[in-house]
Amino acid sequence: MFSEISEYFRTEALPHIWCPGCGIGTVMQALVRAIKTLQLDQNNVVVVSGIGCSSRMTGYLDFNTLHTTHGRALAFATGIKAAKPELDVFVVMGDGDAAAIGGNHFIHAARRNIDLTAIVINNSIYGMTGGQSSPLTPHDKRATTSPYGNLERPLQLLAVAQAAGATYGARATTYHNQLLTKVIIDAYNNPGFSLVEAVSQCPVSYGRRNKFKTPADMLRWQKEHGVMKGHKEIGDEEFFIGEIFRAQAPEYTREYEKLRQRLQRGQR
Amino acid sequence: MSEARLMQGNEACAEGALAAGVRFFAGYPITPSTEIAEIMAEKLPLVGGTFIQMEDEIGSMAAVIGASLTGAKALTATSGPGFSLKQENIGFAIATEVPCVVVDVQRAGPSTGLPTSPAQADVMQARWGTHGDHPAIVLSPSSVQECYELTVQAFNFAEEFRTAVIMLMDEVVGHLREKVELIENLPIVNRKRPSVPPDRYIPYENNESRIPDMANFGEGYRYHVTGLTHAENGLPTGKPEVAGKFLARLTSKLDLYLDRIQLWEEAELSDADLVAVAYGCTARPVREAITAARREGLKVGLFRPITIWPFPAGQIAKLGGRSFLVPEMNNGQLVGEVERVFGPKNVHRYNRIDGELITPSEILEKIREVMA
Ligand SMILES: Cc1ncc(C[n+]2csc(CCOP(=O)(O)OP(=O)(O)O)c2C)c(N)n1
Ligand code: SF4
Ligand SMILES: [Mg+2]
Repeated sequence: MFSEISEYFRTEALPHIWCPGCGIGTVMQALVRAIKTLQLDQNNVVVVSGIGCSSRMTGYLDFNTLHTTHGRALAFATGIKAAKPELDVFVVMGDGDAAAIGGNHFIHAARRNIDLTAIVINNSIYGMTGGQSSPLTPHDKRATTSPYGNLERPLQLLAVAQAAGATYGARATTYHNQLLTKVIIDAYNNPGFSLVEAVSQCPVSYGRRNKFKTPADMLRWQKEHGVMKGHKEIGDEEFFIGEIFRAQAPEYTREYEKLRQRLQRGQR
Repeated sequence: MSEARLMQGNEACAEGALAAGVRFFAGYPITPSTEIAEIMAEKLPLVGGTFIQMEDEIGSMAAVIGASLTGAKALTATSGPGFSLKQENIGFAIATEVPCVVVDVQRAGPSTGLPTSPAQADVMQARWGTHGDHPAIVLSPSSVQECYELTVQAFNFAEEFRTAVIMLMDEVVGHLREKVELIENLPIVNRKRPSVPPDRYIPYENNESRIPDMANFGEGYRYHVTGLTHAENGLPTGKPEVAGKFLARLTSKLDLYLDRIQLWEEAELSDADLVAVAYGCTARPVREAITAARREGLKVGLFRPITIWPFPAGQIAKLGGRSFLVPEMNNGQLVGEVERVFGPKNVHRYNRIDGELITPSEILEKIREVMA
């Protein structure tokens, strides 16, 4: 454990459940470093998660933490933020969690542009349940439920968020983890719904089946395929990293507060 | 000070929630409960609260729990199909002991059913709709006045016992208009906050009261809330002895308070040979039928469970030696609880599931038949 950030962890909750070589811990570190850089009051930070390997993160973090039901993290977080907007609310989800079972909540949280910082840990697979395909599993890749290769095409989660009304979107990887910390900071600073897609490696449930011999091979793949947005076009299997979109739109809780004040002045 | 007004059951329920101090509502429209959401949308921002229409009932239930964790008294309202969708997160609220109130204005039929017709068919869903062993508090109003008072009571129970409380209404009481006295000084209970500093706070403490003190998010008590079976410190556990202890406390926590949680009404029981056990909208025609039967010299009384879960079996047991008639607008759900006490021999059923109300004359006829 890095001593400069150890104050943000619940040491009594360790050891963690993640497999050796898993990328989730790297994302957790990036989140904590972002919170430390932002100098947020630990008592005022809420971290909400869904269900999956990624979502187990909340148990290890020393904030107000809420480990919810599969896919519902954003809906729980919406209740928290709407009831107490002064809280700093981060939401950690897996790719299946956010894009499959939680897809509806995802779209509507983005549509409301509610001030949540959402981090989707995209390991291209259902890790916790042992490697079934997720809506973000790339075409042709193998999973236990797509043993002959995935016939479906992956969802472009950032594009969905943007189309639905989110006002900040970025992508980084566990290899590009300093960029990951930076975009989490930017996401927090955006007053509205912000999405960070954290591309991560699941060597156990995904890598093994898809010709990655070691976790290091997966990180190397990230290094070679992540292209900083704005620098060049992307080729096959490549993907943009960095800030993907930014927009301005009214934020839900601020609009609601304006309504309360208008009503208090007697204007219906 | 009290105010008497003519209003619908759904409106009275909303007024009760406001009287209890509700500050958050999340919901999704569904007949015959929608008026509650509409009233909340209008009134909550006026009192500094928040109304949000969510994308579905799953999200509504989730948002209610999230809001309650910040300290807000939180409500949602729905009907059968939406009640089904809420079940997963109702279980979450019960397991994580987050206070909230869920109104189910029952309508007829499985699936989409008869959306505008009454029924009492969610009695078992209210008890066992979410998976796993768990405690349940379910209240059943049979008048508009009771919609008001019991909603306050539901919040009080939710806050005191840290659980999701279900207001099991029906289309009849929800849409009926009656005179209501909006009693203003009903006792209001708020969740017990920790009396120790954060470093000594044990969020899921196995204390004698079986109800741990509750800190709200953002107040300096940082702790973990999870639907995974957890230890006293809130963190997940797989240890059988720790899991067993938690589940023993959770599933037995209401047992210490049954005398206060179990509410019922009884009428004309002292000389009764037959006890009609009726709740919710069905208690209304039953009352009329009893009056008519008494005119014919038939000694019938009423036992009306107001709290239907935990079922007041102890009270029913005191009525041994008599026959029972349990009319319900379902195929026989609560009747099983009466049979559990006495066996099926002297317990009679009367059921209707076509969306039509049970009439006083139907019940009178059944009374005559059983007492012949
Ligand atoms: C309602 C419900 N359905 C299914 C599951 C089983 N389940 C647990 S985690 C999971 C998928 C996790 O995948 P992802 O969200 O990508 O997270 P990861 O484990 O990869 O981090 C599933 C299907 C569940 N817990 N709840
Ligand atoms: S299964 Fe995959 S995602 Fe889950 S802990 Fe192991 S490596 Fe990480
Ligand atoms: Mg995944």
